[in-house]
Amino acid sequence: MSILLNKNTPVIVQGFTGRIGTFHAEEMKAYGTNVVGGVTPGKGGSSHLDLPVFNTVKGAVAETGAEASIVFVPPPFAADSIMEAADAGIKYCVCITDGIPSQDMMRVKRYMRRYRREDRMILTGPNCAGTITPGEAMMGIMPGSIYMAGRVGIVGRSGTLGYEAASQMKARGIGVSTSVGIGGDPINGFSFRDVLELFEADPDTDAVVMIGEIGGPQEAEAAEWARAHMKKPLMAYVAGLSAPKGKRMGHAGAIVSAFGESAQEKVEIIREAGHTIIPHPAAFGETVESVLSGKKVAA
Amino acid sequence: MDIHEYQAKELLATHGIRMPRGGLAYSPEQAAYRATEIGGEAWVVKAQVHSGARGKAGGIVLCRTDKEVAAAAEKMLGQKLVTHQTGPGGKLINRLYIEETVPIEKELYLGFVLDRKEERIMIVASSSGGMEIEQIAEDEPDSLVRASVDPGLGMQQFQAREIAFGLGLDGALIGKAVDTILGCYRVFRDFDASMLEINPLVVSKGEVIALDAKMSFDENALFRRPEISELRDKSQEDARETFASDRGLSYVGLDGEIGCIINGAGLAMATLDMIKIEGGEPANFLDIGGGASPERVAKSFRAVLQDKNVKVILVNIFAGINRCDWVAEGVVKAIEEVGVDMPLIVRLSGTKVEEGRAILREKAPHVITAETLKDAAVAAVAALKSTQKAA
Repeated sequence: MSILLNKNTPVIVQGFTGRIGTFHAEEMKAYGTNVVGGVTPGKGGSSHLDLPVFNTVKGAVAETGAEASIVFVPPPFAADSIMEAADAGIKYCVCITDGIPSQDMMRVKRYMRRYRREDRMILTGPNCAGTITPGEAMMGIMPGSIYMAGRVGIVGRSGTLGYEAASQMKARGIGVSTSVGIGGDPINGFSFRDVLELFEADPDTDAVVMIGEIGGPQEAEAAEWARAHMKKPLMAYVAGLSAPKGKRMGHAGAIVSAFGESAQEKVEIIREAGHTIIPHPAAFGETVESVLSGKKVAA
Repeated sequence: MDIHEYQAKELLATHGIRMPRGGLAYSPEQAAYRATEIGGEAWVVKAQVHSGARGKAGGIVLCRTDKEVAAAAEKMLGQKLVTHQTGPGGKLINRLYIEETVPIEKELYLGFVLDRKEERIMIVASSSGGMEIEQIAEDEPDSLVRASVDPGLGMQQFQAREIAFGLGLDGALIGKAVDTILGCYRVFRDFDASMLEINPLVVSKGEVIALDAKMSFDENALFRRPEISELRDKSQEDARETFASDRGLSYVGLDGEIGCIINGAGLAMATLDMIKIEGGEPANFLDIGGGASPERVAKSFRAVLQDKNVKVILVNIFAGINRCDWVAEGVVKAIEEVGVDMPLIVRLSGTKVEEGRAILREKAPHVITAETLKDAAVAAVAALKSTQKAA
C-alpha cells in the first residue's frame, strides 16, 4: 500500500479554475488520482474539467465526500485556504504554493492545533512538489512517469532533487511506495520526523530515503527519533555542502543561521545516529541498492 | 531583506522605543552640521552598512568636535567597510548616522527571531550586552532569558516583565523595559520581520535606550509591506545578485569559476555539492525555477555571465512537466542570443531526454552533454582545468 494517499482517496483542488490549478488538476486526473471537484470562491455551481466547482471547502466536502485537498492558491491567500480545509474536515492537505509569509504559516500551525489529534488535518508543504503513490495517485506537480511503484519511501524538501533520487532508483529497478515533499519553507506542515513515523508503520515500505538540506532543526530531530524508534533502514542526503553561512539558497528555509544547521553538521548528526549517509547526489541509486541487498543477505 | 540601522530606528521610534538623538548625513559638511544641530559635547559617526561588528572595523568613530565629525565622515564616505560579516569585498559606505553620546550604566542585549523548532517568535535577552549573541551564548549562557510568543494570542505583558526582571532591572526601569520589549514585538509582528536585534540596549539616566538596531524582513511578506520594500538599498547587495533578482531569478554569488544554471533549489544545492566533491568551485547558486522557458534560460545565462570569474558553465535541468526537447531548444536559442564563448556542459534528465540530447548534438555541437550528475560535474571541472592550462 502506501502512506497518505492511494487510488481511492477523494481529492479536491483549491484554486481549481486558475491556470496552474487547471493544468495540474488535468495531470493528476490523467495519472489516475480520484479528483472529485474543486473550490474557487465565487464560481460555485459551475463545472470545470467535467467536475463540480464549489464556493467553499465545506460545500465541497459535503457534496463529494472529499478527504484530501491540494492548494494552488496564490501566496497572499494560501494560509487562509489551508485553515479553511482544516476546518472543513479535510484529512490530508498538500500545499504547493511558494512564497507564503512565515507569520501566516505560524498562524496556520497554531490554528490546526485547535482540533483534537485524531481530527487534526495532516499538512505537507507549503512550497513543495506534493505527494505521489506511484501507480495509484498523485497530489502534486511532479512528473508521474519518473516514479516506479515499489517499496522504498522518499521524503524530501526539494522537488527536483526528489525527482533525481526517484529516477536514479528507477534506473536500477527500485520502486517507491510513496514520495512525500515537505517543502522548502522555514515553517511547514509535517516534519521529516512525522513522515518517518508513517513510513515506519506502513507495511508496504521497507526502507526510507530522507533528502534534507541546510537550515532548521528537522533533519537532526528526525535522525534522533529514528535512532530510537525506527527498525527500517534510513538513508539520508543533505544538500548544501557549499552553502555559505547566512545566505538563503533559493528556498526560504535553506539558510544556515544557527549551530547544527550546516550540511556538514547535519550529516555528522545523522551518521552518529547510526543511519546510512548518501555521500553525494549521484549516489541515491547505488546507496539504496546496496542497503536493500545488504538487508536481503542479512535476512 | 536587510535594512540600515537608522531605518530600523525610525521604525522602532513609531512604537515608542527611545534612542539617542541623531541624524543622517551624506557629506562631511552635513555630518558636522548634524552634530551642531544635535548639540552636546561628543558624537558618534556611524557608517550605515548592512553588517554587524562595524565598531571593530572602524565604522563607528567617537568625535569631540564638529571638525572631528567632518574628518571622520570624510574618511568613511565612499569607502568600503570590511567586517567579518561582509566578506573580503566589504560594503560601500554612502551614508552616515550622527548620534549624540549618552552615559551608559548597563549594557543589555535584546533580540527577536523566528524560532523554527517552536514555530513561534522567540525573544532572547541578556544582561551581557555589547558583544555578539553567539559570544554571549558561549561565555555567559546563564545570562540568557527567553520567551516564546503564542502566534494566536501575541506577546503578553507578563512575558515582557519576566524578561525585564531577568535582566536584573528594578524600580521604574521595569515599566520602561516592558514598553520597549512590547514595542519591539509589535514592530516585528506588524512589519513581518524575520530578525530584530538591539545590541546594546542600555540603561542611561533612568531610561532604557536603544543604542543600535538591526532588522531583517521576511521576503515572502513584502507584497503587503511596500513601506519596507522602499527601504531596500541595492548598494549593499552583491551586484550579481541584484542583477538576477531584478530579473526574477533566485541567485547567490559564490567565489568559484564554474557558473551554474539549475532548476529547483535543492537540485541546485546538490549540483554545487557535486562540483565541489569533484574538485571544482561553483561561481553561483542559480535556481531558474519551474518552466525553464527559452527566455528564462537566456536571462540565466546573462546573469551568470555578469560574473567575470566564470570560465565554464554547467546547466542541469530536470525536465518533468516540461520536456527535455523543449528545454534543449531553449538552451540552443539562448546560446545564440546571448553568445556563450566558454565551455558549456549541459545535463538534461527527465521526459524525452534522448530527443533533448539529439537536439543539442545537432544544433549546438560544441556543447558537452552529460548523462549523470556526476558526469556533468566531472566534465565541468575537466573543462575548467583545460582552460586554465591554455591560459
